[in-house]
Amino acid sequence: MSEIKKVLTEPLFGKNPIAVQILGICSALAVTTSLKVTLVMCIALTLVTACSSAGIALIRNHIPNSIRIIVQMIIIASLVIVVDQILKAYAYDVSKQLSVFVGLIITNCIVMGRAEAFAMKNGPVLSFFDGIGNGLGYSLMLISVGTVRELFGSGKLLGFEILPLVKDGGWYVPNGLLLLPPSAFFIIALFIWALRTWKKELVEHHEFKILPNTEKSGGHH
Amino acid sequence: MSANNDSIQKTLTVAILLCLICAVFVAGAAVGLRKEQAENKANDKRAAVLQAAGLYEAGKPVAAQFDAKIKTRIVNLAEGRFANDDELAEIRAAGLNVDNFDQKKSSKIPAVSRELSGEEDKASIKRLEKFAAVFIVGDGDKIEKIILPVHGYGLWSTLYGFLALQGDMNTVVGLGFYSHAETPGLGGEVDNPKWKSLWVGKHIFNDKGDVALTVVKGGAAEGNLNQVDGLSGATLTSRGVNNLVQFWVGNLGFGKLIDNLKAQGA
Repeated sequence: MSEIKKVLTEPLFGKNPIAVQILGICSALAVTTSLKVTLVMCIALTLVTACSSAGIALIRNHIPNSIRIIVQMIIIASLVIVVDQILKAYAYDVSKQLSVFVGLIITNCIVMGRAEAFAMKNGPVLSFFDGIGNGLGYSLMLISVGTVRELFGSGKLLGFEILPLVKDGGWYVPNGLLLLPPSAFFIIALFIWALRTWKKELVEHHEFKILPNTEKSGGHH
Repeated sequence: MSANNDSIQKTLTVAILLCLICAVFVAGAAVGLRKEQAENKANDKRAAVLQAAGLYEAGKPVAAQFDAKIKTRIVNLAEGRFANDDELAEIRAAGLNVDNFDQKKSSKIPAVSRELSGEEDKASIKRLEKFAAVFIVGDGDKIEKIILPVHGYGLWSTLYGFLALQGDMNTVVGLGFYSHAETPGLGGEVDNPKWKSLWVGKHIFNDKGDVALTVVKGGAAEGNLNQVDGLSGATLTSRGVNNLVQFWVGNLGFGKLIDNLKAQGA
């Protein structure tokens, strides 16, 4: 039980896939302009990670080593196609906005990373919760980024007006940069900074030190 | 166990079994959800018709709005008139639905379409359908607005959309595409509301009655009712849109229907 709790909570902060492992950045830039799309993406990715991890863990003792990545990809890709079909059937507008990014969950580093690093070595139940945990860690970051971008980029949250825009007679001048992908880089970087200030153990030690003046101390000439 | 796993026999067994299970799983989802997806696609097209006509109200069920405001008529393109009962039977015989006419599908059926020669094929669509479904807003026989389906090749893909005209068969009410795969940010800007608004109020024909509406590069002359600004950075997509609009209001497209309706109205 305590292990399940551990795999569920660790990826939220200490081992956050985006802020600490720097995985899955591409979709974090692409789908966070509006919170509604972000939420759907988070649910889709969490489900895919959890189910694919459980599926892979279930047959892990039978996967031949030589084709293990292909086996993982087949399971992940099947789940992603099913999720895409469900979105097209029940959330058509959102699926149009997400367009290729649902399909790109297949290549999302978090899903592959959990399959290879965790599900190949652990049982299906634990792997399922590990997938949920990592999905939640991803969601936590994405929802934070999405909230900042939609609120200050278009003055809305989930489509409801929060900050009345100047062009509609309000007082808020939206920051257009926040609607462009690079802004997510800045926001994610600020989160990483905050996280590392809070959890000092995340800051790596330097692996080597650059000497102050290599020329004087006898480097190559 | 791992040595056993890596034998060729085991590798093949795992690969084949897994592929079979996943294929059934994926196919099951695709087949099971087909009805809902088709309904969504149909509604998306209906919404595009309503949007081109400037009648779309967000938040209300699309199908109900469409049924309340729009009448669908099948058109015989070569003759430029609405299809008669024999022709409707012909369409049904070709395996097509008259109420939800699939023009894309009909272009692939030889009985209700023909190949275009290179000279005729201005919009690069290769095959021209014999029939098309147009959408009409208005009471009784009076046509307030008419919405014409248009398609043609841009840079990467065929653009499918609707061109809506006023009852005078000349003034543009709106143009919009519901399906294309042009480059996002460049050719994909055909979806940009600002660009689409440039079309509103433009005239298809010039004073002499010739098709004159063009997408121009480098800025439309102020007050010129026959010119629309091209998209910057998307010369080929702009040219594609220009060609497809000119093709579909031309003689091979809806030109004859437009002439006939004008004659009736005048």
